[in-house]
Amino acid sequence: MSRKRDKREVIVETRNLAMHFGGVRAVDQVDFTLYDKELRCLIGPNGAGKSTFFKCLTGQLSPTSGEVIIRGQDTTLAETHEIASLGVGIKTQVPNLFDGLSVDENIWMSARRWKNSKRARSLTSETIERMNLGDMRRKTVNQLSHGQRQWVELGMVVAAEPWLVLLDEPAAGMTHEETARTAELIKEINTQAALIVVEHDMQFIRMISQQVTVFHEGQILMEDTMEAISKDRRAREVYLGSRA
Amino acid sequence: MNGNDTLRAMKPVFVFALIGIVFMFAAPYALQLFTIINLTTAIALSVLALSLALVWGYGGILCFGQVAFFGLGAYAYTIAAINFGGSTWAILVAVLVAAAFAALLGYFVFFGRVSDVYLGVITLTVTLIFFSLIRRTSGPDYKIGNALIGGFNGVTSPPLNLPWNTSSFLFPEHVFYVAMAALILSYVFCGWLVNTRFGRVCAAIRENELRSELLGYDSRLYKLGIFTIAAGIAAIGGVLFCNGVGRITPDVFNLYNAALTIIWVIVGGRGTLIGPIAATFGLFYLTSALGGQSVLNNNLVLGIILIFFVLLVPKGVAPTVTDWFTKRRKPAHNSRRRRRQGRST
Repeated sequence: MSRKRDKREVIVETRNLAMHFGGVRAVDQVDFTLYDKELRCLIGPNGAGKSTFFKCLTGQLSPTSGEVIIRGQDTTLAETHEIASLGVGIKTQVPNLFDGLSVDENIWMSARRWKNSKRARSLTSETIERMNLGDMRRKTVNQLSHGQRQWVELGMVVAAEPWLVLLDEPAAGMTHEETARTAELIKEINTQAALIVVEHDMQFIRMISQQVTVFHEGQILMEDTMEAISKDRRAREVYLGSRA
Repeated sequence: MNGNDTLRAMKPVFVFALIGIVFMFAAPYALQLFTIINLTTAIALSVLALSLALVWGYGGILCFGQVAFFGLGAYAYTIAAINFGGSTWAILVAVLVAAAFAALLGYFVFFGRVSDVYLGVITLTVTLIFFSLIRRTSGPDYKIGNALIGGFNGVTSPPLNLPWNTSSFLFPEHVFYVAMAALILSYVFCGWLVNTRFGRVCAAIRENELRSELLGYDSRLYKLGIFTIAAGIAAIGGVLFCNGVGRITPDVFNLYNAALTIIWVIVGGRGTLIGPIAATFGLFYLTSALGGQSVLNNNLVLGIILIFFVLLVPKGVAPTVTDWFTKRRKPAHNSRRRRRQGRST
């Protein structure tokens, strides 16, 4: 495992993080570090604990033990809205949108959280432009296709201008083209913010990845570049199998 | 959204308010005094319906006990007016008591993250507790200041008086003006509120609470806010009600009234403000008309109407009418209208 010492600022750190459901150790003693402006992918087979780990980071679950520290602040027991208020943009695995509201209103809701009303309006228009959602901005989001809904949610993350972005399966259910566009967008976001991306799609990870963390049975199996992981026997056994 | 946009989105609100003002000044000339007195009660109930339309239709909070704040307002007004010897400050007391109680109850419910279904159960239970509690307050031992609470017989409510002269009471036709003005102002206030940032965030929380938290909004605070405001508006309805009827009894807190409030909003349409107001007037008059005959049972008819609406007009009257008009318009107008719909009417 090549964990280089890095002089960049640590912005997310977990120490001995554990989340147990009854006897099941979904996340077990995880020490994780993310540096500023880093783009990190989390991979692992189903039930490896990626999503549980993600929910502990975003305050949707309160860990059984251990600590989560975001930019020096202990957020282990913080509420979701408090973590978001630090400037963290979050996209969940199941699309979470304001279903009965228009695309415009959805994005505005994100922009208006931090900006005054004039800036929020221009930011909303800019974001809609950037996400190619101009044709459907007046539609309610429950009329949109799955891929479009994913884009609206990414738009909401972007419109808040976060410095840390947490994405749980952003490319799930997207077509090949949409996936490629999403990869471009993630690289673009990465110029401004650090990211943690939980993903299943290996093609997608190859498009964006730098550093990859492999989860297995609630623990971190290894952390390395995608190439190194593809060659690693243990990683292939637990996850990649023939697809690598 | 800047001021101009808010005003534009509120255009339908002003149209309905204008219709209300015309009705307010025309009705006493066209209708008999008996009808006017009856109308005052209907107006009071429609303010209650408006408050539930706000908290349920826009806030997404199914408060099964909205009538508790209505009754609390009526009792607080009556007791305060007896003690103060005047009605002006008693109105303020009524609104504050109901809002403060809602804030306290809401604090435990929302910050305790009680789920939607249980919220309905809790608010209904609180209403029924008031019903049982106040029924047991007969006799001279139960009084607040000079006011006897009166048990199941209730208390006679002092009529409204002019703010500058406590011995000059308003006549029923004047109470009608006051009630109508209160309804219109409450309606315009709600129409404005749902188009502010606060109101739009509340609507977003109704659509998806987790998403609003992921954006950094503290949904508990917003829910508490809209719940408290709606309770204050319900209390205004309560003040008008005990003025229209002349007394307030614990029966206001019974299950029938709690359910009736929900029916008004279902029939009128959730997500609109004018719908539930119209539905209240409509059903109030239907009930009165049915009271004059003995062929059909009143509650049976109400039940049939409710089933009819839930099955055939699930969105309620106002949204269905709006949809119907929208479809008949040219597509170019379509998108503009749809944007406003659901936030403004």
